[in-house]
Amino acid sequence: MATVTFDHATRVYPGTERPAVDALNLHIEDGEFLVLVGPSGCGKSTSLRMLAGLEDVNAGRILIGDRDVTDVQPKDRDIAMVFQNYALYPHMTVADNMGFALKIAGTPKSEIRQRVEEAAQILDLSQYLDRKPKALSGGQRQRVAMGRAIVRQPQVFLMDEPLSNLDAKLRVQTRTQIASLQRRLGVTTVYVTHDQTEALTMGDRIAVLKDGILQQVGTPRDMYDTPANVFVAGFIGSPAMNIGTFPVLDGYANLGRARVPMARDVLGTLEPDDKNHITVGFRPESLDVVEATTPEAIPVIVNIVEELGSDAFVYGSLTNEFGHADAVHSGAGDAQIIVRVDPRQVPGKGETIWVRIRAGELHLFHAGSGERIG
Amino acid sequence: MSPARQQLQITAASPDPALLDLPWHIPLEHWPAEMLAALPRGISRHIVRFARLSGRVIAIKEIGETVAYREYELLRQLRRLDVPSVEPVGVITGRRSPEGEPLEAVLITQHLQFSLPYRSLFSQSLRPDTATRLIDALAVLLVRLHLVGFYWGDVSLSNTLFRRDAETFAAYLVDAETGDLHERLSVGQRGYDLEVARVNIIGELMDLQAGQFLEEDVDAVAIGDALAERYADLWRALTEVESFGFGDRWRVKARIDRLNDLGFDVGELDITSDLDGTSVRIQPKVVESGHHSRRLMRLTGLDVEENQARRLLNDLDEYRAATDRQAEDESFVAHDWLTEVFEPAVRRVPRELRGKLEPAQIFHELLDHRWFMSEQQNRDVPMKEAAKSYVKHILPNRPDEEAILGLQPGDLRDTVPIPRITDEIASPDES
Repeated sequence: MATVTFDHATRVYPGTERPAVDALNLHIEDGEFLVLVGPSGCGKSTSLRMLAGLEDVNAGRILIGDRDVTDVQPKDRDIAMVFQNYALYPHMTVADNMGFALKIAGTPKSEIRQRVEEAAQILDLSQYLDRKPKALSGGQRQRVAMGRAIVRQPQVFLMDEPLSNLDAKLRVQTRTQIASLQRRLGVTTVYVTHDQTEALTMGDRIAVLKDGILQQVGTPRDMYDTPANVFVAGFIGSPAMNIGTFPVLDGYANLGRARVPMARDVLGTLEPDDKNHITVGFRPESLDVVEATTPEAIPVIVNIVEELGSDAFVYGSLTNEFGHADAVHSGAGDAQIIVRVDPRQVPGKGETIWVRIRAGELHLFHAGSGERIG
Repeated sequence: MSPARQQLQITAASPDPALLDLPWHIPLEHWPAEMLAALPRGISRHIVRFARLSGRVIAIKEIGETVAYREYELLRQLRRLDVPSVEPVGVITGRRSPEGEPLEAVLITQHLQFSLPYRSLFSQSLRPDTATRLIDALAVLLVRLHLVGFYWGDVSLSNTLFRRDAETFAAYLVDAETGDLHERLSVGQRGYDLEVARVNIIGELMDLQAGQFLEEDVDAVAIGDALAERYADLWRALTEVESFGFGDRWRVKARIDRLNDLGFDVGELDITSDLDGTSVRIQPKVVESGHHSRRLMRLTGLDVEENQARRLLNDLDEYRAATDRQAEDESFVAHDWLTEVFEPAVRRVPRELRGKLEPAQIFHELLDHRWFMSEQQNRDVPMKEAAKSYVKHILPNRPDEEAILGLQPGDLRDTVPIPRITDEIASPDES
């Protein structure tokens, strides 16, 4: 097992100007489960392939442990791409399906058997070792495929959207299995996904990328509680954060009828390119439904209510009473906000509710650069 | 049960309305047997079934929606790049069961006529050269894919179909799910693809051994290694820089001839000389496979595999010499050869035997058979006579190969040694 280090690692595709991955610096601890996440084209898969040796590194280095692998062939990097192919061989036993790569590499029979048995134990497959894949369930077959990678005892597991071709049910199951398995094995793992829920539920830490540039790396809690910029704020969390940009007047962010006081130290950090505006973010669960008469209450016209049993979310529109309604956006779209409401007191469609942002649950960003303030 | 609640979305370049008649509201696994062209065998990552549609056979694979569209697009691009691959028919999404349960999207491809899955080519008595010829075909395919910038990600015998190509095979890509098209592949991508191929092939052969379809003493590892060697040789021949003295300029032509011989045309050759003009470096920049098949196509309009084309062109050359028409325009001679030699011979095959082999492959075997008879009888056997004997004694014993689907290993024997000829002709050596 080993650490993984991206040291100013850069990939520029021939014929393009903007790097697909731009001077990536990232240190992954031994045994850590790190998730690379971001929208399509952000450079997450390219980063993983650079680590795998499938993409050239045009500048910078990549290390596995202390070893510089920048120019090492993929097969000599001691990594395993998991789930790349998991078709099982029908005539081979489960044990042979797991161990055949060791056989090719010339590993002695007794050692193969031992490693296969160890892996089978971890994977709950011990009693199936002498059976054929046909006798296994879908989930068990998946685990055999996983076993194939485990018996090789690689330094690092790489997984590139491994769940993307599974149906929704199997995806959630496999997600949990992979995460718990990784923790039991303690093998350093780099996992790529575009799905922030997958990232939040699986990773020890998450690295968010956009346009080839690392935006933030941290624990799921860090990313949720203190997003480093507007992009991360909007990307992490489901439903997404409500975000809007408003003018600052007399020490208040003016949200139309509502005003939110800004601390003196916040006001002091505003920069010329903020043009006296501030970007304010608040999560759906940071809103309280209040009486219409409450000072600074924000009116929301209910478009849809999404009831999830334990939670309910209102997807609503703002009126222009709320300053420039279109200054706000959320996961639901422009001029739309999402409010978590008491699932036992759900408003009807078309009704107006009044909400207020809970004190201390605001996220503030520079209107110009999008960087977090404070 | 009516599929009324489905809102099917069909994406296809040339949609066939008959697609709508297939039971999309039923999970593929439970499609009624009468809809299917063959029963499924073996284990694959996805559920795949073959069905008949408007007189052709299609392969249907259940797969996630995004992956389905991606693979469809990739297969289309590969066709445009002229790489041997299956033809995508379309993607269908929005499937629902009558209970309203959403069903997986499907990717539909056209079944490749006269193609053979590798499992059908192996049997207890595997001739060592069958394995070699399959590996050669796969190496050529992999080189061609890598030349156009395609990273496969899951090269294996199972993801490949083989078509007979004279005495060799031609390989076709079937599964592009894990693939990616790039401007140019890195050394790492090529190396990894090759390593995956090696391990997969060895695994597939070991599986055949475990199922006792392949003898224990066949060295699976050596066969896998052979792919890597064959690939490396071919890649070098096609791309390596060659340097020589200024006086040895004949080597330019020699290089081109060598590439033609390997079945490739040179689209662009970089020639640079050093400043003092004492040495020259050449490197092929654009090479295209299909040297012989393109030439045959230009002369006769026949669209056949590369080695079939080589064989047919040789026969055309013989015809030209035999009829003493070397001075004449080649295309006129080719036209006469087509109407006087090729077509009459192929027409001798009765309709019910036409599903056995492709016409060009039949012609190739016919040439073999004629040669064989001539040697036996120590005289030049005319084509007409050879064709009569071939149709009577050889072809009927061949399996129908037009649509071999989901076969088990051993269901079909490799037929390369021409089957024994019965007593009407002098008894030949058994090969």
